[in-house]
Amino acid sequence: MLEKGATAPDFELNATPDQKIKLKDFKGKNVILAFYPADWSPVCSDQMALYNEMLKYFNKYDAQIFGVSVDSVWCHLAFQENRKLHFPLLADFEPKGEVSKAYGVYDEELGESKRALFVIDKEGKIAWSYLSPIAVNPGADGILDALEELDKK
Amino acid sequence: MSTLKPEINDQDHIQGDDSASVTIVEFGDYQCPYCGNAYPIMKEIEETFGHQIKFIFRHFPLANAHEFAFPAAIAAEAAGLQGKFWEMHDALYENQYRLNGELFDELAETIGLDLEQFQQDSTSKEIKGKIEDDFDSGVRSGVNGTPSFYVNGTKFDGGATDLYQMLKESAE
Repeated sequence: MLEKGATAPDFELNATPDQKIKLKDFKGKNVILAFYPADWSPVCSDQMALYNEMLKYFNKYDAQIFGVSVDSVWCHLAFQENRKLHFPLLADFEPKGEVSKAYGVYDEELGESKRALFVIDKEGKIAWSYLSPIAVNPGADGILDALEELDKK
Repeated sequence: MSTLKPEINDQDHIQGDDSASVTIVEFGDYQCPYCGNAYPIMKEIEETFGHQIKFIFRHFPLANAHEFAFPAAIAAEAAGLQGKFWEMHDALYENQYRLNGELFDELAETIGLDLEQFQQDSTSKEIKGKIEDDFDSGVRSGVNGTPSFYVNGTKFDGGATDLYQMLKESAE
């Protein structure tokens, strides 16, 4: 897993069938990457549902959040619509798990991304990363602490 | 290890003995089915362990996922201004299966609130701010879903049933 200080590997992933997100386009903004195993976990304990409620916090720190899993764009779209998620979910779908692998958070056995968080600073360096046990939703306090730290610089 | 931030203070709704040795804080959402399931267990915990328990509820409405979660939290706080936070809290969970926008006035009447005052307070900025402060406290304390429990200031890794079990074992 990539740690603090490493350069965040660039990627280009689909957020919708016809929209691609390139990490390097977000230079000058803080970026949060939330890798997670799969769409459709139960809602009240769902990590994405929590982040959805926190967008104004992320905004305050000039940070854009992306969820990343190996689900396809169509699955992401349905999930997003069903849960009324207001931030992009990226499909690490083809080649499967390539970006997750680049960040060192791909579970070869399950064929899914691990549950991992990265906060990337405005220069594209990893400022904080965290690997959560697969069944544990890591919450958001770690992300906020990291963003706060960046804010102080 | 996640801890409760800020600590319990005079803004909190507290049930139980001041001298209780176990303080339980729940971060909950009135529309969350898991919180609904936890509600009778929390009652049982309070009954079983009586004076040993102090119980605090803070709001953690997942407003995008649950459209009535925030209005329900407002109803509880507005009832609180008339000294009936816990009555509304209980009524909301007991009627969670039929939660909708019209329920709040009905419950307000059932528990004997001054309805006009209740409706007026429901639009207050202070109440909205209080709920947002609770949510903020949850985020800072590492709440990752609802319900989340804190026992004596430390995040408890489990649900209400686990909590009951843990208390039972530590009482033995």
